[in-house]
Amino acid sequence: MHRTLISAFIAGTCLLSAPAWAQSLKIALSSEPTAIDPHYHDLTPNNALIAHIFDGLTKQDENQKVLPNLATSWENDGKTRWTFKLRQGVTFSNGQPFTADDVIFSFCRTLKNETAIAGSFADITGNFTAVEAPDSHTIVITTKAPDPLLPNFLSGLAILSSSIVPHDKLAFDAAKNCGVTGTWPVVGDFNDGKLAIGTGPYKFKSYTKGTSVELERNDKYWGPAEPWANVTFVPVPNAGPRLAGLLAGDYDVIENPAARDVSRIRDDKRFGYVIMPSTRVIYFQLDVEREPSPFVKAENGKNPLKDPRVRKAMSLAIDRDAIIKRIMDSAAEPAYQFLPNGMFGALANPPKLAYDPAAAKKLLAEAGYPNGFQLTLSTTNDRYINDSQITQAVAQYLTQVGIRSEVDAMARAIYFPRRSKKEFSVALGGWGSTSGEASSFLRQWPATPDEAKTIGGSNYGGYNDPEFDKLIRTAIVTLDDAKRAEILQQAGTKVLEGGAFIPLHFESTIWAYKANLKYAGRADQFTMAMQVKSAK
Amino acid sequence: MTAYILQRLIQSILVLLAVSVVVFLAVYGIGDPIELLVPPQVSAAERTAMIQRLGLDLPVWQQYLSFLGNALKGDLGHSFVHGVPAVDLILARLPATFELVLLAMGLAAVIGIPLGLLAGLNPESRPSRAIMAGTILGFSLPSFWKGMMLILLFSVFLGWLPTAGRGETVSVFGIPTSLLTLDGLKHLALPALNLAIPNMALMIRLVAAGTTEAISQDYVKYARAKGVRRKRIVGRHVLRNILIPVVTVAGMEFGSLVAFSTITETVFAWPGMGKLLIDSVYQLDRPVVVAYVMLATLLFVAVNFLVDILYAALDPRVKLTGEMA
Amino acid sequence: MNPSRTATSAVAADADTALRQKVLRRIRSRPTTRGAVILLGILLLLALLAPFIAPQNPHDLASLSVMDNRLEPGSQGMTGITYWLGTDAQGRDMLSAILYGLRTSLLVGLTSTAGALAVGILAGLTAAQFGGAVDAVIMRIVDFMLGFPSILIALVLLASIGRGVDKVIVAIILVQWAQYARLMRAAALVERRKEYIEAAVNFGLPTRHIMLAHLLPNSIGSVLVVSTISIAGAITLEATLSFLGVGVPVTQPSLGLLIANGFEFLLSGEYWIAAFPGIALVLLIMSLNLVGERLRRSFNVRG
Repeated sequence: MHRTLISAFIAGTCLLSAPAWAQSLKIALSSEPTAIDPHYHDLTPNNALIAHIFDGLTKQDENQKVLPNLATSWENDGKTRWTFKLRQGVTFSNGQPFTADDVIFSFCRTLKNETAIAGSFADITGNFTAVEAPDSHTIVITTKAPDPLLPNFLSGLAILSSSIVPHDKLAFDAAKNCGVTGTWPVVGDFNDGKLAIGTGPYKFKSYTKGTSVELERNDKYWGPAEPWANVTFVPVPNAGPRLAGLLAGDYDVIENPAARDVSRIRDDKRFGYVIMPSTRVIYFQLDVEREPSPFVKAENGKNPLKDPRVRKAMSLAIDRDAIIKRIMDSAAEPAYQFLPNGMFGALANPPKLAYDPAAAKKLLAEAGYPNGFQLTLSTTNDRYINDSQITQAVAQYLTQVGIRSEVDAMARAIYFPRRSKKEFSVALGGWGSTSGEASSFLRQWPATPDEAKTIGGSNYGGYNDPEFDKLIRTAIVTLDDAKRAEILQQAGTKVLEGGAFIPLHFESTIWAYKANLKYAGRADQFTMAMQVKSAK
Repeated sequence: MTAYILQRLIQSILVLLAVSVVVFLAVYGIGDPIELLVPPQVSAAERTAMIQRLGLDLPVWQQYLSFLGNALKGDLGHSFVHGVPAVDLILARLPATFELVLLAMGLAAVIGIPLGLLAGLNPESRPSRAIMAGTILGFSLPSFWKGMMLILLFSVFLGWLPTAGRGETVSVFGIPTSLLTLDGLKHLALPALNLAIPNMALMIRLVAAGTTEAISQDYVKYARAKGVRRKRIVGRHVLRNILIPVVTVAGMEFGSLVAFSTITETVFAWPGMGKLLIDSVYQLDRPVVVAYVMLATLLFVAVNFLVDILYAALDPRVKLTGEMA
Repeated sequence: MNPSRTATSAVAADADTALRQKVLRRIRSRPTTRGAVILLGILLLLALLAPFIAPQNPHDLASLSVMDNRLEPGSQGMTGITYWLGTDAQGRDMLSAILYGLRTSLLVGLTSTAGALAVGILAGLTAAQFGGAVDAVIMRIVDFMLGFPSILIALVLLASIGRGVDKVIVAIILVQWAQYARLMRAAALVERRKEYIEAAVNFGLPTRHIMLAHLLPNSIGSVLVVSTISIAGAITLEATLSFLGVGVPVTQPSLGLLIANGFEFLLSGEYWIAAFPGIALVLLIMSLNLVGERLRRSFNVRG
């Protein structure tokens, strides 16, 4: 007892006097990871952190292109069978060699993960009918249905060391506990670092909730050694203090400074910044199904949103460029489709969605609403960048063409449950494509729901286009990339023509850093020490 | 006496039960946590399994009863968001809030007591009236706006102090504190001041009222007539007279600040318990909210219970069957 | 953090005419109080006349332009209007927004206090009149309400019922009635022991008549006096709730919501969005508190 007290005290004094040593990096995050357990919750801050400690079989680069990682190559038999060749000579941070057993163990764990939040990888491994290891560095996966995006999804699935739990011969068979004899680890077991053993470029050092996550360089890493001996992540949820900390020299890199504050670093030689468009699209989802709709009041008692001309008019009434300039402080790109140009399956040159209030009024009159109608726009006020302000600005624009609009802004805790009960008529939405493909949005939002809710799960507006449904259902099982891209483009065009979703813009992500550093930025919004380079 | 203790004990338990029901229902009413936790692309099967694991498929009364059953065994549940025991999350935030409130109450006492004495000794003088008017200002400023103005003045315009967050901490006997580092104190200054101002006003009013009352009492008048020096009168008679109410009220305030300094912690992004409470409400992290309110209520109820018992034991005039209000 | 929080008991005082005159005299003689009364009058007038004197109707989205947003005080807008106090993130003229916000804040403060008074008086009177089990039940509920932080109750309630001026008023009534009930009960208990009530009871007058015709008018004074300060409390509560993201609709901002909206711009140097409505709010609350405090002292009500 005495000894621990004394050592705690000494540790305290050391902390007090230790200078910030060279090669260390301090990064301020806008939202804190909720756990160290890499299979706990599929969230951006969690995934960004665990990518430091753990590797997946694949990884995504800054533009979400899939690259080899623990798997050096993979191939598909044209149907459901995938063969992954594993990297040789990789060891975990505890010295154990990496083999196919660790892959099987990790896949199994996602199915045996009692504490995980649903959707954290079990939907991927749940689609596997078999996983076999012909030799110690080959993995053969057989899926129930063809899954062209399997390599994309595996980039987020961290490989744990099978040495953390006692086991016999490991096999992918959840019913037989996969050969594990000990108890499966739960989320709390990872927080002290004992089980946080991976093959990644950094090692876990400490985690204090609400205060910091500390990492140190993994000297056993298989790739080129990282330049940073120590990396500390500090959660600073408020944008103002985060920037103030950078200006005061407390942090080396910060994520998401407020866009309006960029001018303060732009003219300061001590700092640099990068603005990177993300795949997150912001849009309005219209109720095109119900008659009448709860938050629409028209003189004729009908739901005007069912009329494609009205939807077109609404899109024409919105000045996207003004919203980006005045509300987003230019840290956004106007969206004329649901995934930025250049991404897989996106249209190369979508028609510009112009601002034309006169044309909007004309269309409304044609549709039988020369005096407009009444509408309530529903929005979150704590989910997307400036969400409630964007909605208010759109309400202004709609009111100006005669659609008298109110705004109901609420916290996401209230908004999301209500939206899923279809309580809104026009709802703000945001969607980032984790796979980097157009299918991500298209299968989730405009598709007609199937029974298992794996497609169309967010079709709250009741959009229904059989032709589109056929296209998207074909696309998601088409393994041929060129063919899939083409079908996705056709499907995307259909949704744009339908007008039941009005895209506004793509959010951009901002990073700011000290001038002696460089950060390239990432489309998936991850903040990763591996990408922080010395500017010299 | 035993009957009285028993009666108070039953009352206390009833209060705890009532609080648990109300809080449980209230948080239940805000919304369905599944919609926040589980991403929309998750299959129906996965979602259903999660709902069942958290027991959210049961009717609310059944959910409540199972919560109650676990609570009686000392288990207040696991956080939906972090997956760890709710109590652990709350306790981890305790030191930050505790040091904030400690500094705030210290400031309130160090500034409030002398000013209160000054105002109480000469209630009709100009400075006294100014002080008393100032206390009204202290009560009037809404906490969040006052905090924002402190940030504007000391951080934005003057640039003396950081805008928010907790500074560098050192570990003392395993408990992290920022009271011992310069950076830590700088971060503490504004939120502590913000929390201190209304308490300062309260302190001034209590002390002033007590002082005015004390100096009009016969023994003080007598001492004065005898020619005892003013300093001595204030030190020996007046201070002693006001100390008990001041300490009592300060203690009560301390408790309620530790439990609910929510607004100040929100404005200054202070990683304390009040911030945790607000964050948990907005994340629909029901176990944390319920555990939090239950712990706070338990603390208050326990303190009240002990105080009542002590009063009854010490003061024979307290009617043992009557009400204590 | 209201002075009334420390209340544990209340003693009613006779509110006869002589005393009333004495109070009025004292208000006139104190410069701070006189100032507060005048200021309160001006603020009330501004709130009443807002639609006629405001340069813009900030509730009408068609008259706002997002192109004019976040302009400094004194800037000229696209349509030639001069924004003397600047504009907010939606391009609202801050001066107009403050005038309308004053209206909303006062409406919420006055209505919710009136509602809380009605509920509280009825509950307190009932408790005092019937005593016994009725009294015990009502007073345990009152204790329970007062023991809870009011902001938390209102926050959770509003989170589940949504935004709206009417909903905020309901939430504030819910958290404020209990203090009046306690005051009313104490005052009515004192009154009930008086001989004329006993006489009325012995005479066989109906209970309702005794309650409404005798007990109520003779014990309501202290409650009414304290309510002035509570209006300030209600306005603060509304502002705080709006700050926390529940409360009045975003297109009809109260003073509190205007301040909350300005919070994020404060650190970027756009101080006017939060500062000016804040000054208006503080003046309003200060003047209400000063007047209320004077009334309270003059009538010698501890509460």
